[in-house]
Amino acid sequence: MTAPEVLDCRGRRCPLPVIALARRLPELPVGTLVRVLADDPAAAVDLPAWCRLRGQEFVGQVDGPDGPGFDVRRRR
Amino acid sequence: MNASPVYLDAASAAPLHPVARQALLAALDDGWADPQRLYAPARRARQLLDAAREAAAATLGVRPDELSFTPSGTAAAHSAVLGGLAGRRRVGSGLVHSAIEHSAVLHAAERHVAGGGTATSIPVDRVGRIDLDAWSAAVRAPGTALAALIAASHEVGTTQPIAEAGAACATAGVPLYVDAAQVVGHAPVPAGWSVLTASAHKWGGPPGVGLLVVRKGTRWESPWPMDERESGRTPGVVNLPAVVAAAASLRAAAADAAARGARLARLVDRIRARVATEVPDVEVVGDPEDRLPHLVTFSCLYVDGEALLHALDRRGFAVSSGSSCTSSTLRPSHVLAAMGVLSHGNVRVSLHQDTTEADVERFLTELPGIVAALRAEAGVVGL
Repeated sequence: MTAPEVLDCRGRRCPLPVIALARRLPELPVGTLVRVLADDPAAAVDLPAWCRLRGQEFVGQVDGPDGPGFDVRRRR
Repeated sequence: MNASPVYLDAASAAPLHPVARQALLAALDDGWADPQRLYAPARRARQLLDAAREAAAATLGVRPDELSFTPSGTAAAHSAVLGGLAGRRRVGSGLVHSAIEHSAVLHAAERHVAGGGTATSIPVDRVGRIDLDAWSAAVRAPGTALAALIAASHEVGTTQPIAEAGAACATAGVPLYVDAAQVVGHAPVPAGWSVLTASAHKWGGPPGVGLLVVRKGTRWESPWPMDERESGRTPGVVNLPAVVAAAASLRAAAADAAARGARLARLVDRIRARVATEVPDVEVVGDPEDRLPHLVTFSCLYVDGEALLHALDRRGFAVSSGSSCTSSTLRPSHVLAAMGVLSHGNVRVSLHQDTTEADVERFLTELPGIVAALRAEAGVVGL
């Protein structure tokens, strides 16, 4: 598995991480995995909710040395 | 241009009921003495306090000696949780509560856990209804001392299956505490509880008065230092004029709750339908059927909640929000998080007896343009 595309939204308040994902995802091929780094507490709620509303796949949360990461796969 | 004000935040504080104002002014003249003392002004104050208790108890269908007044709904909730646990400490130290309780209940639970107790949070589904199987299993677990369930969500309006949850508690022999702050004075309180709390400024009474009801036979022990007032359940002298106003307005609010609720529920239906169709990319949250008559919540994708509140305020609309940017802790609403619904761009609209159809129409007419302007400003149109 290749390293996922990373979207660094650390220090940015919601809804900015969601907006960044909504801008970036359509530029990538279907099937691409994107990791959104976001330390705003609302990201853990809003990124999965956005995926549900937009029919994209929320893969899960990964907490690494860079802080909370949220993996999303483009499905459509 | 100043828009005429439209107050749509009754779930935070309902405008003072006219009956509350009259009762408050009368009681300021008549109810200033300490009701515990043995002279004429004190006896007059005692009569007012007794009458207020009887009126509030009759409205709720409980005995007067089961009902105590508290200095706030928050104080009542703290007493309900900590007193309910203290009274059952021989059974165990387990507290079961829904994930969407009011923060007053959750903060009391944190205190309980910090003191060595345990707390089990029961998840809710997408519309904010508890998982009854998980609830029933948790209340049956050995050592469960108390279960706490909010009657209806103050944030999204979903009503909980109190009868079913209470039946599970009764089978397990665990007392059920119901936070009925958004229901009392608005809708009938479902049966099945042992301890109940409410807050006067949610039904049009003055702020600074809560209700704590402990049914006969319930093991409840005051978590506060000893004080003989209010059957030993609330320390300190109650704010008698405010208590009198709270009881009078509760009776008045409950008397026409059915008609008012039906009118407001139709307005809420209209808001739910029109917001969903006329504002693009909006999520209307909470149960569309089993809900409070006067409250509706929705979230607007890509919109900053604080900016939305300010924009609405500039147009004269007073609403509240569960978005993180509008909270002092900068955390999103734990209720929206537990439901897994969008937390940014969130607006809670809650109606009251003075809300008119014209108020709602103006809100619905202006909202789409306000949201569109904020999205255009943020450059998120078409995302």
